[in-house]
Amino acid sequence: MKIPLFLQKLFSFYRDGFRNMTVGKSLWILVLIKLFIMFVVLRIFFFPNYLNTNFKDEQSKANHVRMELIEKRVQ
Amino acid sequence: MNLLDATLVDWSRAQFAMTAMYHWLFVPLTLGLGVIMSVMETLYVKTGKEEWKKAAQFWMTLFGVNFAIGVATGIILEFEFGTNWSNYSWFVGDIFGAPLAIEAILAFFMEATFISIMFFGWKKVSKKFHLASTWLTVLGATLSALWILVANAWMQYPVGMQFNPDTVRNEMIDFWSILLSPVAMNKFFHTVLSGWVLSSLFVTGISSWYLIKKRQTDFAMKSMMVGAIFGLISTLLIAYTGDGSAYNVSKHQPMKLAAMEGLYQGKTNAGLVAIGILNPAKKAYNDSISPFLLKVEIPSLLSLLSQHDVNAFVPGVQNILDGGYQTPDGVALSFQEKHKRGEAAIQSLASYQKAVTEKDMAAAKIYKAQLKENYPQFGYGYIDKAETMIPHVPTVYYSFHVMVLLGFYFIALFAFLLYMLNTKKLEKSKWLLWVCMWSIPLGYVAAELGWVVAEVGRQPWAIQDVLPLNAAISHISSDSVKITFFLFLILFSALLVAEIRIMLKQIKKGPVTE
Repeated sequence: MKIPLFLQKLFSFYRDGFRNMTVGKSLWILVLIKLFIMFVVLRIFFFPNYLNTNFKDEQSKANHVRMELIEKRVQ
Repeated sequence: MNLLDATLVDWSRAQFAMTAMYHWLFVPLTLGLGVIMSVMETLYVKTGKEEWKKAAQFWMTLFGVNFAIGVATGIILEFEFGTNWSNYSWFVGDIFGAPLAIEAILAFFMEATFISIMFFGWKKVSKKFHLASTWLTVLGATLSALWILVANAWMQYPVGMQFNPDTVRNEMIDFWSILLSPVAMNKFFHTVLSGWVLSSLFVTGISSWYLIKKRQTDFAMKSMMVGAIFGLISTLLIAYTGDGSAYNVSKHQPMKLAAMEGLYQGKTNAGLVAIGILNPAKKAYNDSISPFLLKVEIPSLLSLLSQHDVNAFVPGVQNILDGGYQTPDGVALSFQEKHKRGEAAIQSLASYQKAVTEKDMAAAKIYKAQLKENYPQFGYGYIDKAETMIPHVPTVYYSFHVMVLLGFYFIALFAFLLYMLNTKKLEKSKWLLWVCMWSIPLGYVAAELGWVVAEVGRQPWAIQDVLPLNAAISHISSDSVKITFFLFLILFSALLVAEIRIMLKQIKKGPVTE
């Protein structure tokens, strides 16, 4: 299969760009580690979405929040 | 609120504040440095002088380091909404979600597309196409800020929505009133301008270092000139938008204004505190102890700035809690009255649900109408004591006054810098170069203090008047919040140290001539 010319150009644009980077690879490694920690470690293990984890549909989420709002009032 | 809840709310607040403040170390430099490097590249394209290209490329490198380290740090805030503040996240519905989604789709992708051309395209695309990409990257970053600030402004001044008791969500009924609310527009310009000021300090400070070291002097003088002009324009504009902020705060968040000025008893012809030291002996809003140990006031200026009328009455903390004073919308309600209406609104929500469950639609209609009538005070039903309504006055007061003083200092600094540049005395004034260098952190201090005023000043509200923090919080353990607080502290501190190290390395290396 022949790759379209614009895709070849796009690929070489990024390839050359990364190759000729002056600030260096350490910055990229740092960024990738950061994104891994944030989106994989923190998101999955430490920051589950409370409502999505505990309630399966929109109605039960709404019911839960309604109860929270009613029960937390000052009487 | 019991002790466990207080711990959970406090740790969640601390975590959110810490994350937001770290995020705000990266963002303002992106916003301002982007414009400065774009101006330099424009000068290169217009004049054809290689020196401007060299300058643009150097500042672009520092922009890139800052962008790469800072990108996506704001996503953590969204994680926190879903985990710690799930009641809030549900309650705000599409109002908060829509601006953030637009931010992600439009602005972020715009930035992501053009940033690669900006960094990799110097020899691959035409000069003009490259310049357009640079400006579009900056525009994308600024549009990102717009949507985030619109969402934040809505929390300070909720408009354009209607509460639906069936879904327990606020639903957007007027997108344009949310986007174009005076609070949102003013917040956008004031916040973006703070980034421009900070970046001007950054550019003039680093240029000063080169002049002190007698390195790259031509480049440094050119950068100094652009930084000083841009800085002076930005500081003058930020003073103007600051006036707009005070006016909006006075209209929509009078308690915040009272805390900003340490004003406990309201008055007509209220003066603005120029310099003042709060009295730590003052413990209660209604005791007879003077709130100040020392105070120098500018007569009537607070009335003029906050209400555009020198004779206007500016309410203090006690007046806001007691009510009874005249506002443009009528007589102000007391805390007790608002609390009563808030309780009635929540009771109507409960009764409405019961009526719907029992299929009593006539009763449901009545309760829905009652809820709608009392909804503007919905959040007061969660607040037991009047004192809870008062934000921490010393934090708000000192943050505001130090920020304003720094603002005036920046105006003076940039104006004097321009004078010295025009009279060609700058290179010989080493003391001024050192002052410029050490003014870089002051830009960060002022930018962070602005957020402290905005966010601490609106406590106890997650959404002004509608949802306080103790109702917005999830039903989770405070231990998990403590753990993630320290995880973030370590992660963000490591990122900050890395950014400073890489930046310092690049600065020492200096601009590269091709």
